[in-house]
Amino acid sequence: MLARIAENIYWMARYIERAENTARLINVTTNLVLDLPRRTNVGWEYLVEIQGTEELYDSLYEYVDEKSILKFIISDTKNPKSILNSLQTATEHASSLRDIIPREAWEQINTLYSTAKLNVQSGLTRKNRHQYLHSIILGAQTITGQLAGTMYQDAGYDMLRMGRNLERADMTTRIIDVRSADLLEDEHEDLPPYDNIQWVSVLKSLTGYQMYRRIVQVQVQRREVLKFLFQERKFPRSFYHSMCEVESCLLSLPKNQDCIDIVNKLQRFVIKKSPEKLSQDELHIYIYKLQFNLNKMHTCIAQTYFISGT
Amino acid sequence: MSIRWGSYKVKGIYDELMRVSGKPREAAKPLCDFLRTLTDKEISEYKSAANLATHVTGVTFTVYNQEEGSLERVWPFDIIPRIIASTEWHTIESAVTQRINALNLFIHDIYHDQKIIKDKVFPLDVLKHSANFHEQCIGITPANNIWAHICGLDLVRDNQGSLYVTEDNLRIPADVSYMLENRLVMQRVFPDIYAEYNILPVDNYASQLHAMLAALSPRKTARPVIVVLTPGSHYATYFEHSYLAQQIGAELVEGRDLYVDGDNIVYMRTIDGFTRIDVVYRCVDEVLIDPEVFNPDSTLGVPGLMRAWRTGNIALANAPGTGIADNNTVYSYVPAIIKYYLDEEPKINNVETYRCFNKSDREYVLANLENLIVKPANITEDCGIFIGPQASRAQCNSLKRLIKNDPYNYIAQPILDLSTTPTLIGNRVETRHLDLKLFALAGNKVQVTPGGLTRAALSSDSLAANSVQHGISKDTWIVDLEDI
Repeated sequence: MLARIAENIYWMARYIERAENTARLINVTTNLVLDLPRRTNVGWEYLVEIQGTEELYDSLYEYVDEKSILKFIISDTKNPKSILNSLQTATEHASSLRDIIPREAWEQINTLYSTAKLNVQSGLTRKNRHQYLHSIILGAQTITGQLAGTMYQDAGYDMLRMGRNLERADMTTRIIDVRSADLLEDEHEDLPPYDNIQWVSVLKSLTGYQMYRRIVQVQVQRREVLKFLFQERKFPRSFYHSMCEVESCLLSLPKNQDCIDIVNKLQRFVIKKSPEKLSQDELHIYIYKLQFNLNKMHTCIAQTYFISGT
Repeated sequence: MSIRWGSYKVKGIYDELMRVSGKPREAAKPLCDFLRTLTDKEISEYKSAANLATHVTGVTFTVYNQEEGSLERVWPFDIIPRIIASTEWHTIESAVTQRINALNLFIHDIYHDQKIIKDKVFPLDVLKHSANFHEQCIGITPANNIWAHICGLDLVRDNQGSLYVTEDNLRIPADVSYMLENRLVMQRVFPDIYAEYNILPVDNYASQLHAMLAALSPRKTARPVIVVLTPGSHYATYFEHSYLAQQIGAELVEGRDLYVDGDNIVYMRTIDGFTRIDVVYRCVDEVLIDPEVFNPDSTLGVPGLMRAWRTGNIALANAPGTGIADNNTVYSYVPAIIKYYLDEEPKINNVETYRCFNKSDREYVLANLENLIVKPANITEDCGIFIGPQASRAQCNSLKRLIKNDPYNYIAQPILDLSTTPTLIGNRVETRHLDLKLFALAGNKVQVTPGGLTRAALSSDSLAANSVQHGISKDTWIVDLEDI
């Protein structure tokens, strides 16, 4: 497999996953804002923080309000992490993969981007936002399903799964980091019912609420949620699960030793630690280390397999 | 019944299917009889079946723009094929073979001894004024002395029925995928009428292409590594590059995928590391393939590719330098080239061509611009073709100045009245001018694919200017009459 093709597949998968995760995040934030009392400060600006695009935002927008932030995150082409930009980049990568990915999947990617672009104005209104974002999530899931069901499962498919899972793991850590920081401390006496709501929102951002309920069963609380999102092997959006996926892809690829060393280190790091015992500050440092190693993981994959790495 | 051949007016112009109004040519009779029985509803059904099939098989061309990304459009397709009797086809086939053989001898001679110039058959001045001649290729000897391996000749027929070659297209011939896909579409849509004909197959093209390319491999291995070199997915012809790569089981690469080492060996970058390659089907313009030797700004090429080729470590098809024989002035010498190298008369006509560097030709051209087509000698991407009857006085005057300033860069041709063919417009047949693109491969012998891409003009008054651009495409049947 050509190194350029491997690189394109990897990035296509990352950008589709990014668009989907961003859409989920906005939907959940919308619900959270409606549920919480006005005096709590669970603002929209955390969306920008999760993306890590605060500086860019400040240079482009005068006000920090719902409307500006959603425009920035959904449709602003100046924001490299906006949904539309992610979908456009995914489409550009896909267009050079037309002989690699099944035709239906290529058409779906193209359609997802062009309809997202066409309907973007409705996505920016409160009334239609949910529907708009839902269609993006559904479109991205359709692509994932089509590729799983029809793509030839050679090294290219491994690249696809690695891209998707690294992006997913990255987003999981970002959401936990930012969302738990702005959450009230566990013992907050003042607002006990809302504490629960906020951890529910963390789970929902990662589509983990239903599965958490089924598997963990106990009340939604910081300790169990953190364990579930970091360590649950069987939940497809947990950090550990994503690393196991990456590992299984690497095992069938050539020249894999360096990359496998890093992913194994990450797996040990997340399983051996008990993130639920960490204080908020310690958790933040812990997440920073995970992200640092995710970046190392990406660099190692790029240097081993990509044309830009050679 | 919607199609009435009696009211299809032939009017003294050679028609591909009808001898005179209401009387089909022999090879077209079963088809015309079949079409006559169709109701409006059936015609619509066949048309939508064909439309669906073109979408399904992916016969698209890409229009790229920055705003909207790449868009794929489907080339309009007509379900009425063009039919050529095999008896006439054999003449065409041997004429094309003759031309390609002579042109390969010419290119090799030009880059070696230049005997044709020493013998004063071909003027040195024309070579000097040709932008398609590349000194960098002098002295290089490709396998079997063949330079043009993949050829896509354009032909037209005039209103009296005579055939002419209008262009040789030896550089990067395009559109062969449409020929192959049109055939698949027709087979899906018209299995019944197919059964009534003995139609020569076009689908050997891909395996012949693969065999021809594999035979060029400098390393004599069981499975030489062949790649198709494309400028990338933003180019309109990308669909075809991707299609051909799939058909011949080759890797579709861009310049940045390839690497030439200090020993002049060419590799592609894969996830396993570097894989040595043997043969490149080159879909990147010759002046862009190697920034070390040609255009230094090219990002589409591969630094060192020419070194590797010159050393004999890689085969390039078509060979760089081939473009010298695909030049409008050189075109006018093809009959002389055939006589010089093969000692034969050309089996198919050239369109009469006036060379503006020749004083008497130039005077004629300047005095008759409004009735002529003027083309630049050097074929370029946006070669501005001047069509006399459509030009304004100001355009004529500015062209006259250009010709006087740079006579070597212009040739002129009379405008041919082209033949017509019945074409479905709505549910009725109308006459449309048409041309024909043929595809041939030159390995140790020339193989002309029995079929081609027929393009009919979009509108009835379209003055086709000796070729049909962006028309309606048709399948082209070479029919063995013995078996009707």
